Amino acid sequence: MPPLIKLSELPIGVSAVIREFAKAGTASIRLREMGLVAGTAVVVVRTAPLGDPLELLVRSYHLTLRKSEAEHVLVERVAA
Amino acid sequence: MIATAKSARAPIFALVGNPNCGKSTLFNALTGLKQKVGNYPGVTVEKKVGTAYSQHGQPFMVIDLPGTYSLAARSPDEAVTRDVLLGRRADTPQPDRILCVVDATNLERNLYLVHQVLDLGRPVIVVLNMMDLATEAGLRVRVSRLEQTLGVPVIACEAVHGRGLIELKLAMSRADLPLSRHAWDVPAAIAPAVAELQASLAGNDRKSPLIARAEALLLLTDQDSVRVAGSSPLGARTEEILRSWQRRWEGEGVDWAGILVNSRYDAIGRLAAEVVSRDRPPAKTVSDRIDAWVTHPLWGWVILGTVMTLLFLSIFTFAQAPMDWIGNRFDALAGWIRGAMAAGDLRDLLTDGAVAGVGTILTFLPQILILFFFIGLLESTGYMARAAFMMDRLMSRVGLNGKSFIPLISSYACAIPGIMATRTIEEPKDRLVTILVAPLMSCSARLPVYLLMIAALVPGDRVPVGTKVGIMLGMYLLGTLGAFGFAWLFKRTLLKGQPPLMIMELPPYRLPRLKDVALHMTERAGLFIKRAGTVILGISIVLWFLSSYPKPPPGASATQQLNHSFAGQVGRAIEPIIKPLGFDWRIGIGLVSSFAAREVFVSSTAVVFSVQDFDSGKNSDVTPLREALRNARWPDGRPLFTPLTCLSLMIYYVFAMQCMSTIAVVRRETNTWRWPIFQTLYMTGAAWVLSFMVYQSGRALGY
Repeated sequence: MPPLIKLSELPIGVSAVIREFAKAGTASIRLREMGLVAGTAVVVVRTAPLGDPLELLVRSYHLTLRKSEAEHVLVERVAA
Repeated sequence: MIATAKSARAPIFALVGNPNCGKSTLFNALTGLKQKVGNYPGVTVEKKVGTAYSQHGQPFMVIDLPGTYSLAARSPDEAVTRDVLLGRRADTPQPDRILCVVDATNLERNLYLVHQVLDLGRPVIVVLNMMDLATEAGLRVRVSRLEQTLGVPVIACEAVHGRGLIELKLAMSRADLPLSRHAWDVPAAIAPAVAELQASLAGNDRKSPLIARAEALLLLTDQDSVRVAGSSPLGARTEEILRSWQRRWEGEGVDWAGILVNSRYDAIGRLAAEVVSRDRPPAKTVSDRIDAWVTHPLWGWVILGTVMTLLFLSIFTFAQAPMDWIGNRFDALAGWIRGAMAAGDLRDLLTDGAVAGVGTILTFLPQILILFFFIGLLESTGYMARAAFMMDRLMSRVGLNGKSFIPLISSYACAIPGIMATRTIEEPKDRLVTILVAPLMSCSARLPVYLLMIAALVPGDRVPVGTKVGIMLGMYLLGTLGAFGFAWLFKRTLLKGQPPLMIMELPPYRLPRLKDVALHMTERAGLFIKRAGTVILGISIVLWFLSSYPKPPPGASATQQLNHSFAGQVGRAIEPIIKPLGFDWRIGIGLVSSFAAREVFVSSTAVVFSVQDFDSGKNSDVTPLREALRNARWPDGRPLFTPLTCLSLMIYYVFAMQCMSTIAVVRRETNTWRWPIFQTLYMTGAAWVLSFMVYQSGRALGY
């Protein structure tokens, strides 16, 4: 099994699948309610011009998320 | 008796949906202009209720609930949506039926809320909005299949074009709306807890069985339930059961909330696979292409700067003429009353108290209308979310998030619409911090004061433009730094909260609907007049009283009259406090009277220093006033308005809360007098300390 990496460290434009939430952060329930559950495909579209927050494409909509929140989401890269 | 009343009244529909799903457009299309906007008592959440009519003229009451992604509330707005649906609010009847609006282009995430709503055991109509956009994106949604699986009517709709409304109204007037037969198994690990909570809610809290089940499920997803004023609390027994399960699961390492959410998404995933198919793989959308520019590291800033400049220019250019016009109308009205009535206290009360007060309220309207027109445009096109995305990093430095940016920037024009615009900030503490610091952004009412002081500060008839602009920019910069500094301080101390979140959808760009924008704008203006107007009127009358009583001996000049009044006495009384700042009692009168509005400082100073023929309508011509100020002396003969005093006074105006209208709006927006009082104290305190430091160190350095 390929290693899990933090969503905050996923390079831009690389497809990945969410595997687990490292720790129950304050945002974790809301993120899951917005569709970021284990098995969901996710791509980092871009970062804001100042480097934070991230813009994600998930379940065909765009979501922003700070890196400090994305750190708690572990993803697996999908081989292109 | 109750039964007949119940069957005779119009059925109540609740309108729920995710943010950006077109819910407001549908609400406007259904109710036309037959809507009432108010507040839920005790919370600053907007309550919108309207009347819609069936094809046969039968009325329906429609409650437009705040948009939310989930019924597990995280903000006061979302808590209101949850509490109304659960029948927890005494001020709002529990809806008989629920219209759940769904964005067809984004079915999976939208179905999460539908899934929770179906649990409520009320008849539900699913409105599948934006079908045209879904087709454009290459999505095919099988409506009849969705209807079959969910077991409730599903109406395909394009609210923007008015398509599907007739079908929707037909469904709304059906007497026999079915309950959902969508079966969904609660995961085994938490099923016993759901059953126990459900039994307790039904037994101890007297909830109907279906609502009890829905509420039990919500209690397990709410991490820390947001409680808002006006909703009934949970029974002690139910609370106890909930805590004991949570303790048990924490011990066993069971992630109960996560399990619940995952199992809902499992069910939704299966449903979506059956119902939605793609004609072609997803391609780059128009929104993606626009975003490549709008959030570009260079062009993004250029665009943001252009948008903000346009916003300012239009507030300054378009608002000035109507503001002058309103001001002149009210001056004319006061003049007419003066001519028509016999001289006396009642006449003065009317002209200088009531008419002046109403005039003050109405002169804010042009700015509010223009700003909210822009904000409505920015919101409905989707640009607002991008501005917040761009600015989030900077705002996070002081502990706020990107959503505070537009309200703060708007406050450069006027803090009142800026404070009203903070409603887009969900996190209550972030919103409060933004409200508390917004009036530090130098508003346009400070300009006349700055201009007068600069004129008095720099000798000569013509102030060099460079000096003028430089000092002015310095004052704006000082206010801005103050706002961010205090935001940082408040987030660290008084309003310490969870680390701020920035979970925000970036909705696709859409063409704005001018009708919706106009409606939003007029609603805001109406709310301002209704909510803040009475307070402003009250304070203006008090200020009038203070500057007119007690009456001087007959034949006194305007100057003597003002000096003799309570305002004059207050000015003298506060002289010991303001003397260390370089101000005498006459400046004190200006400070007291400019509480009505900062620019009043100019006209009241003119009265105090007995400038003849000063036309307060033409603030730009301050030459006679400047001469008078230059000749003003302390009793010991030192000049009063030294450059240092002028600087000290400007700094005082940068920080001090000198605006009753702002206080009135903060009172309305925070629902308590505590915060406006705190705000007045901290701002005026900071103003005193800074002016003191500047004046005293200036003196020590020999200026």
